[in-house]
Amino acid sequence: MRYRALPALLLSAATLCGCSEGVLDPKGPIAAAERLLLMNSVGIMLVVVVPVIVATLAFAWWYRASNPRATRTLDVAYEGRIEFVTWSIPALIVILLGGVSWIGSHQLDPRTPIAASSPPLRVDVVALDWKWLFIYPDQGIAAVNQLVVPAGTPVQFRLTSATVMNSFFVPQLGSQIYTMSGMETHLHLLADSPGEYPGISANFSGDGFADMRFTVKAVPPSDFAAWVKQVSGAGPALDDAGYAALAKPSEAVPPTTYSAVKPNLFERILDETAARNDNAAAGAAWCPPAPQTGG
Amino acid sequence: MLGRLTWAAIPFNEPLPLISAAVVGIVVLAVLVTVTVKGWLPYLWREWLTSVDHKHIGVMYFGLGLIMLLRGFSDAIMMRTQQAIAVGTAQGYLPPDHYNQIFSAHGAIMIFFVAMPFVIGLMNFVVPLQLGVRDVAFPVLNSVAFWLTASGALLINVSLVIGNFARTGWMGYPPLSELAFSPDVGVDYYLWSLQISGIGTLLGGVNIVTTILKLRAPGMTYFRMPVFCWTSLASSLLIVAAFPILTATFLMLLLDRYLGFHFFTNDAGGNQMMYVNLFWAWGHPEVYILILPAFGVFSEVFATFSGKALFGYRSMVLATLAICVLSFMVWLHHFFTMGAGADVNAFFGIMSTVIAVPTGVKVFNWLFTMFRGRIVYRTPVLFAVGFVVTFVIGGMTGVLLAVPPVDFVLHNSTFLVAHFHNVIIGGVVFGALAGYNYWFPKVFGFTLDERFGKASFWCWLIGFYLAFTPLYVLGLMGMTRRLQHVSNPGWQPLLLVAEAGAVVIMCGILCQIAQLYVSIRTREQHRDLTGDPWNGRTLEWATTSPPPPYNFAVLPQVETIDAFWDMKEHGTARVAPVYETIEVPRNSPVGIVIAFFATVAGFALIWRIWWLAIMALLGAAITLLVFGWLDDREREISAAEMAETERARSGRRQFA
Repeated sequence: MRYRALPALLLSAATLCGCSEGVLDPKGPIAAAERLLLMNSVGIMLVVVVPVIVATLAFAWWYRASNPRATRTLDVAYEGRIEFVTWSIPALIVILLGGVSWIGSHQLDPRTPIAASSPPLRVDVVALDWKWLFIYPDQGIAAVNQLVVPAGTPVQFRLTSATVMNSFFVPQLGSQIYTMSGMETHLHLLADSPGEYPGISANFSGDGFADMRFTVKAVPPSDFAAWVKQVSGAGPALDDAGYAALAKPSEAVPPTTYSAVKPNLFERILDETAARNDNAAAGAAWCPPAPQTGG
Repeated sequence: MLGRLTWAAIPFNEPLPLISAAVVGIVVLAVLVTVTVKGWLPYLWREWLTSVDHKHIGVMYFGLGLIMLLRGFSDAIMMRTQQAIAVGTAQGYLPPDHYNQIFSAHGAIMIFFVAMPFVIGLMNFVVPLQLGVRDVAFPVLNSVAFWLTASGALLINVSLVIGNFARTGWMGYPPLSELAFSPDVGVDYYLWSLQISGIGTLLGGVNIVTTILKLRAPGMTYFRMPVFCWTSLASSLLIVAAFPILTATFLMLLLDRYLGFHFFTNDAGGNQMMYVNLFWAWGHPEVYILILPAFGVFSEVFATFSGKALFGYRSMVLATLAICVLSFMVWLHHFFTMGAGADVNAFFGIMSTVIAVPTGVKVFNWLFTMFRGRIVYRTPVLFAVGFVVTFVIGGMTGVLLAVPPVDFVLHNSTFLVAHFHNVIIGGVVFGALAGYNYWFPKVFGFTLDERFGKASFWCWLIGFYLAFTPLYVLGLMGMTRRLQHVSNPGWQPLLLVAEAGAVVIMCGILCQIAQLYVSIRTREQHRDLTGDPWNGRTLEWATTSPPPPYNFAVLPQVETIDAFWDMKEHGTARVAPVYETIEVPRNSPVGIVIAFFATVAGFALIWRIWWLAIMALLGAAITLLVFGWLDDREREISAAEMAETERARSGRRQFA
């Protein structure tokens, strides 16, 4: 009974604290499965952890030197059967958790497509200093710090970074994944119902990191088509000059959209960062004084 | 002439670091003036700064840890204050440039210059005494090791005033730590100070491994060694195996930054993921380097204060060695979110949970050590019981994070921050403080004040839960770490609770300082003349407190585990000794001189003052050569002299 009751207790306690968002309030199948895994793992471990804590406090209290009623056997240091148990209990728990871990890792591999009736929406994600660029290659549009997706449709992400390492994370939709320059990572997420879900970078990336936030707007599929139409009908296009301007470091960038995107921008960013010399300035370091930055 | 060093390096426009540096400077100056005026300098130089006695070096390590704890904690409370007030649209009082330095410095300082000196200090002091030997294997090397650690600590503090520290987080992941994204000297301070102290740590590890493997009292077989010696052996083996990885990794990053190499860049075949792998190939064993000696302390404390032998000695040893080996097979769990496949993630996830088995065994054995014991509640026991309860929770959240899909939503969140503070404060810090209270009477000959000790424990315990339970919850709510300001106003109440927790921990630290002060003032009331204030079981309690330079006048003959307990049972603890002439190593300034040159070289390399760097490195090399050609490195203590010393010491001793 404890197995079911305690995770529920934990959940309600956390909800009481105001967890109306975050990983305990999932809005998609991936996040829901991950929360279930979290609860199950906690439940399995509490079966041992709670008795151990209770026993520790109980032993520590009862066997205090000032307790005249305690039985004491001060010369026992080894008891084979007890030792067998002390190795067995954690081993059994770990075997159980290991199974959970193995199955969970395979079911929730970020690269595994989500089975659904509708074909997935493709979105290419680029982490910039310090904002997120979302390219919709099939729609030919792009957006910064705002990700509009149709609810109930799987989203297939390809991700990279044009700058340092970041991590793309929408807590209520589940799995985060690193974005790294010159490399491509993959992720599949799905939002069950319409709503707005906060997204962040979950890997420190420099001065503007705290404001590197975006909003995921999950909308009904018909609204999504309307949004695409509206975006592609107005606003600037993301051409070479536009991207060069966007790629410059900037902080707390408000959400914007681009009516058109230069084809294969994502692939070009990948190629460009893969060949970029991060240490171009190293030669200059030999000829002091180099410029001071910061303080 | 001075490389990149100009007046611009001193942050005149930032009052905060300047003021704190000025305060530190005044304190240091005041101490120096007092020492000089009172004429303590020769004593300090003779007995401490040039000492190669493992006991004095151990004490200096621990003292370094305590001083750096103050620095690391100042960073902590500044961070907590910033996050508690910079909510919504508020920006707080620390701009990103400054805040990012603070959390990077906090991490690096707490790991390398607080936790490491604590555990290495305890190992240095205790291991030779527990083994029943007169010295460590390489006493001068040991002194060099300590002073190189101190040199690193000094350099990291210099960054407060001259230039700046890294703004990359304490892991210094490229590309952020490459020259393109961190062009200033911050990352260089980080790299060189950790390189210098890292070499010191490696030398210290070599010394302890050799001491345990080669120097033990007659009859002290491996399976008669106290558990603290076993955990010290495992920890030092990990140091010897893991620290070279860190040194090599940092060297590669230095080559990238200084000479335009491409180890971790994107072009020319470099790869940033390699750094992350290498860093954690050191970083995960490092966690066990810290926690294993703490486990050893708790094993000693539970056994001694329960009046029982440690339950399941062989299981404890086996568990220690299992952890030692397994710790090298789990590093990938620090980056499940990098996109490795399910098989790889699952393998490392399962390996990480497997470590919970030997750790769980240890917890059960401590439990059964208390079972049917007679527990005397002195401060170390409070820390030990607080540790078990707290550490079990930290272990649970750790295993949780080792399940890859769970990590996908908790990675880098404040849940993770809470987890590793849970095990490091609840494990390493509690262990260090338990060990401090436990062995202090052995070091100085008087016990520490119990009232302030217990107050300190309760502050640490309550402060820890207040500070980090909110972070667990915030992590579940989707808050990531290292935020200079927090967007969600709903998180502020919990952040304020965390801030309050930090204040309670500060009270704990203040209680410790008060405890030390009061204990010194009232030392005559706390004087321990027996050398065995806790009715101890292991050999360190067999000699007088503080132990003589040669530790044991006559090497103890070991027959069982808990050798001293056995001697007391059989009445052989105080047999009439027969003295022999022995040799002890002479003091040597080589450690402090090399550390001086290392500090200068590090500073010169950071600022790219090449001529100075070359001169300093030459100075260090010449110092080593001069020492190498010294013949007269040992001093004899004749049997007569020892008999005289022992008579004087045992006059103070009350025989049981």
